[in-house]
Amino acid sequence: MLCKRIIPCLDLKGGRVVKGTRFKDLRDAGDPAEQAAFYSAEGADELVCLDIAASREGRGPTLRAIERIAENVFIPLTAGGGISTVEDVRATLLAGADRVSLNTQAVLNPGLIAATAEQFGAQCVVVAIDFRAEPGIDGPCAHGQMSDRRASGRWRVYTHGGTVPTELSLVDWARQAVELGAGELLLTSMDRDGTVGGYDLQATAAVAEAVTVPVIASGGAGSPEHIAAALTEGRADAALAASVFHYRKWRIADLKDFLRQRGVPVR
Amino acid sequence: MGARRREPVDIAIVDYGRGNLRSVQAALSRAGARPFLTADPAAIAGAAGVILPGVGSFHDAVTSLAGRGFVDALVTYAAGGRPLLGLCLGMQLLFETADEGGSCSGLGLFRGHVARLEGTPRLPHIGWNLVQRRRPSALLDGEAGHFFFVHSYAARGVDDAYLTATTDYGVTIPAVVENGNIMGTQFHPERSGGAGLVLFERFLEVVRRCS
Repeated sequence: MLCKRIIPCLDLKGGRVVKGTRFKDLRDAGDPAEQAAFYSAEGADELVCLDIAASREGRGPTLRAIERIAENVFIPLTAGGGISTVEDVRATLLAGADRVSLNTQAVLNPGLIAATAEQFGAQCVVVAIDFRAEPGIDGPCAHGQMSDRRASGRWRVYTHGGTVPTELSLVDWARQAVELGAGELLLTSMDRDGTVGGYDLQATAAVAEAVTVPVIASGGAGSPEHIAAALTEGRADAALAASVFHYRKWRIADLKDFLRQRGVPVR
Repeated sequence: MGARRREPVDIAIVDYGRGNLRSVQAALSRAGARPFLTADPAAIAGAAGVILPGVGSFHDAVTSLAGRGFVDALVTYAAGGRPLLGLCLGMQLLFETADEGGSCSGLGLFRGHVARLEGTPRLPHIGWNLVQRRRPSALLDGEAGHFFFVHSYAARGVDDAYLTATTDYGVTIPAVVENGNIMGTQFHPERSGGAGLVLFERFLEVVRRCS
């Protein structure tokens, strides 16, 4: 049976790991290669590295961080942030990433998803979507009683590190990204990010139901129960978290024991 | 590893211009090899073992391999009895035919056809899955273990005699094939943590026995 994945996320800025709350108030959280080695030894199933300031500072420091991680850590590595061309994709893969995460540039230029999938395979393309619940976007509606179309309007997609609202709704954009060639979706709730208040289970489940590719839940992990909920009720194939791991709040091995007891298949 | 480590052996990693070879190279080094990337088909003649990696589409990969003269070189190399290990798409390339990106021929070192997976919960098949051994294996050191998969296509019609291990994802997926010196894994050992490094160590043992 395929295991559910636990994915620590390293947000990178200037080649260092940082962590904020609701995409702001960044704090230093260590050296990327050291963090990666620590998580790998702890039993992390995969790592995601996102350069959250790439467009402003260039990709150099991130590619060097990817190289250092890839040479020392033998678990899957997805890298993103500021990837805007197929050449950026190639450079990121050559630095040692297995897959790339496309976010803002995928919205601005959906052809990038298709071009990347065509050249490197759909399995190589993770489309990351930052979203925020906006019940007003399509009128308030009770959960479970709305049509697909109305449900799809309950969450708005944001770009540029969560600073720019788009006209896209989460579920519609998720479907479109998969049609274009995304092999996996990484869904980050901006409302929950860094709050340790739990994942947005409804949004995650709505996307998981709408697409056939695997879905990673992100934003809001604060307890093992939250992760278990994302992987069951939220229908996610993987759960991503940062704060709870960076500050050593809990160990991945303990988390996996907890998930096993709940009947969630883990490695 | 450590005290049991032997002399490094020269392992050629076939570089046909596709994807991430750094992680394959780093993991092989960690397992005790002296790996080198090569885009020159003549260079594999001097290697003690060859790794055929790969991501992307079958058709694209075969076209690139053929364009660089690797198809004949690999078939000749394998016929010489020295070890060849295909990883992920590299394993699929060892089969006869595929219908990914248009119908096309592979190296034909194993009987079988590569086709898109059907009947799986989700696709691509991404993540750590339990690999179960079905026959004695040079590569696997236990009856079962978790390895990392990321693929949408898989081999079909594999000879039972060569099907070393499988994994389940709604359907049974060939995970390891071995026929003497010719081997392949559908998963990525270079991304499978300690279990993957052990597999590479065992491959290097095969290489040493053949050298």
